[in-house]
Amino acid sequence: MALNYKWNWGVFFETIPSGDVTYLTWILHGLGWTVAISLCAWVIALALGSIIGTLRTVPHRGIALIGHAWVEFFRNVPILLQLFIWFFVVPELLPRDLSMWVKQDMPAKEFITAVLALGLFTSARVAEQVRAGIQSLSRGQRSAGLALGFTQAQTYRYVLLPMAFRIIIPPLTSEFMNAFKNSGVAYAVGVWELVFVSRQMVEETGGQVIESLIVPTVLYIICSYAANLLMSVIERRSHVPGFIVAK
Amino acid sequence: MQKHHLLLGLVMGLIASTATAQQLDGTLKKIKDSNTITLGIRESSFPLSYLDATQKPIGYHIDICNAVVDAVKSRLQLPKLETKTQAVTSQNRIPLIVNGTIDMECGSTTNNAARQLQVAFAPTTYVTNVLMAVKKSSGIKSLDQLSGKPVATTTGTTSVQLIRSHEKGKNIDFKEVYGKDHADSFLMLETDRAVAFVMDDNLLMGLIANSKTPQDYAIVGEPLSVEPIAIMLRKDDPQFKGLVHATIANMMKTGQLTKLYAKWFNSPIPPKGVNLSVPMSEQLKAAIINPNDNPAENYKK
Repeated sequence: MALNYKWNWGVFFETIPSGDVTYLTWILHGLGWTVAISLCAWVIALALGSIIGTLRTVPHRGIALIGHAWVEFFRNVPILLQLFIWFFVVPELLPRDLSMWVKQDMPAKEFITAVLALGLFTSARVAEQVRAGIQSLSRGQRSAGLALGFTQAQTYRYVLLPMAFRIIIPPLTSEFMNAFKNSGVAYAVGVWELVFVSRQMVEETGGQVIESLIVPTVLYIICSYAANLLMSVIERRSHVPGFIVAK
Repeated sequence: MQKHHLLLGLVMGLIASTATAQQLDGTLKKIKDSNTITLGIRESSFPLSYLDATQKPIGYHIDICNAVVDAVKSRLQLPKLETKTQAVTSQNRIPLIVNGTIDMECGSTTNNAARQLQVAFAPTTYVTNVLMAVKKSSGIKSLDQLSGKPVATTTGTTSVQLIRSHEKGKNIDFKEVYGKDHADSFLMLETDRAVAFVMDDNLLMGLIANSKTPQDYAIVGEPLSVEPIAIMLRKDDPQFKGLVHATIANMMKTGQLTKLYAKWFNSPIPPKGVNLSVPMSEQLKAAIINPNDNPAENYKK
C-alpha cells in the first residue's frame, strides 16, 4: 500500500465539491449525529432494560416470561436486520395513510428508526445485566426487605436495585461503549453519521480512503473512551463504603 | 471471437517485438512473476460487470478485460496465464488496485480528475448519464417537480454530490433518502419511500429490467451529469497502460468494441433475457473515434 498511495491529510480542510463547507465540517456533523443516536438509544436501553431485567426476576411466571421473550428476540437477531425490519417492514404493516406518512413525511424518520432499533437491541443486553445484578444479591436481601414490611415493589426500589445497579456498572460501561460503536449501522438507512460521512468522503475525495477511515476511527475511540470515563466517575461517586468492588 | 483474438495477438506481438529488449516492470512484471492476473469485478454493475445465475462474472467490461488478458498472454508469451477474479465495491476498489490485490478493475468506475491522482484509466469505453428512475404512475418528468419530495440515491456515490449541487443551483430542496446499496435504493422507490431514484442510467436500466414489474418504471429527466466510465489501472505504470490502451484502441478501430456494445446493450442478456435497447450515445461514439482517458471534468459543458 505504501508503494503508490498519495497521502493527503490536508484533505480535511478542503471544501466538498458542491459547497462551502470543508470535509472537517462534514466529519463533525457526522460525529454530532453519531453522539445523538448513541445517547438517545442509550436512554431507551437503560430505561427499558432496567424494567425488563427487573421483570425477569419477579416471582411471577407470566411476567418473567414477557421479559424472557423480549430479551431473546432483541438479543438473538442481528442489529442490522432489526434496523431493516423497523425501516422497511414495520411501516408496511400500518394502515395505508399512516404508512405513507411514515414513509414520506415523518420528520427525521431515519434518525428515529435508528434510535429505536439500537435502543431496543441494547435494552435486551442491559436487561440481562440488570437481571444478573439482582440475582447476584444474596436471597437474604429480598427476605429482609419483605420481613421489614416492604412490598415487592418497595423491596426492589429500596433494597435490591440500588445494590444491583452498583454491581453491574462495569458490564454496563461496556454496553454504553457498544451503543456508540453499534450506532454505525445507522448509515444503512441513510443517517449522515460518521460511517456515512466516511463512505461519502472516500467517494468525493476520489479515493483518500485511509484518511477517510482513520479519522472516524479515532473519533469512535474518543467517544467510547469518554463513555468509559463517565461511567468510572459514576462508579466512584456511587460507591458504598465497605461494600464490594471499587478502590 | 477466436479469430479476432488471433489477429489481436498478432498486432500485440508486433508491438511487443519492438519492445522485447525493454525490461518488464510494474504490473506486467508482477503478472509474469506470479503467472497470474487478477481482475477486480463488480457483482451488480449491470450490464458492465455483474454475476450471472451461476455466479460467474459477465458483462461488457468483463469481455473487454478478457481481450486485454489475451493481449497480456501473447505479450508475455504465457498462454497458460491464470486469470483470477476478485469482487470489489465502490469503497475498496481504489485501495485494492493501489496495493496490488487486483491488476485491473473491470467494473463501472467514473474516470475523474480526483481519482486520477491515485489511479490511471484505460480509454473510456462507456459514457453514463446520471438520470432518475420513477414510477410511471407518478407522472414525474423532471427533478424540478420534486421540491420537498423524497429522492433516493446510494451512499458513497457521486450522485449524492450531484443532487446537492443541483439543489444549490436551482435553489430547491429535496428530502434525500439514502440506500446503502443500489438494491436498497431501488427498494425505496418500489415501496414509495422515495418518488425518484437518481443514479447512472445503465444501473437504473439493470435494476428496472430485473425488478418484479419492469413496465411500471421509467427513466426520465435531464442528465445531472455525463461521466466517462473506464477500466481502472494502477498509476505510473506506462508499460501495462500502453498495452491496455493499444488493445482497446485496436478494438475500437476494428469495430470489435461496437460489436460488444451491441451484444450487451442491444440484445437479450442474462439473467432474464431482457434487451436494454440503448442506442450508443454521441459521447461514446466520439470516444471510440478518438480513444482517450479524459476525466469527467472534460465532459462538462
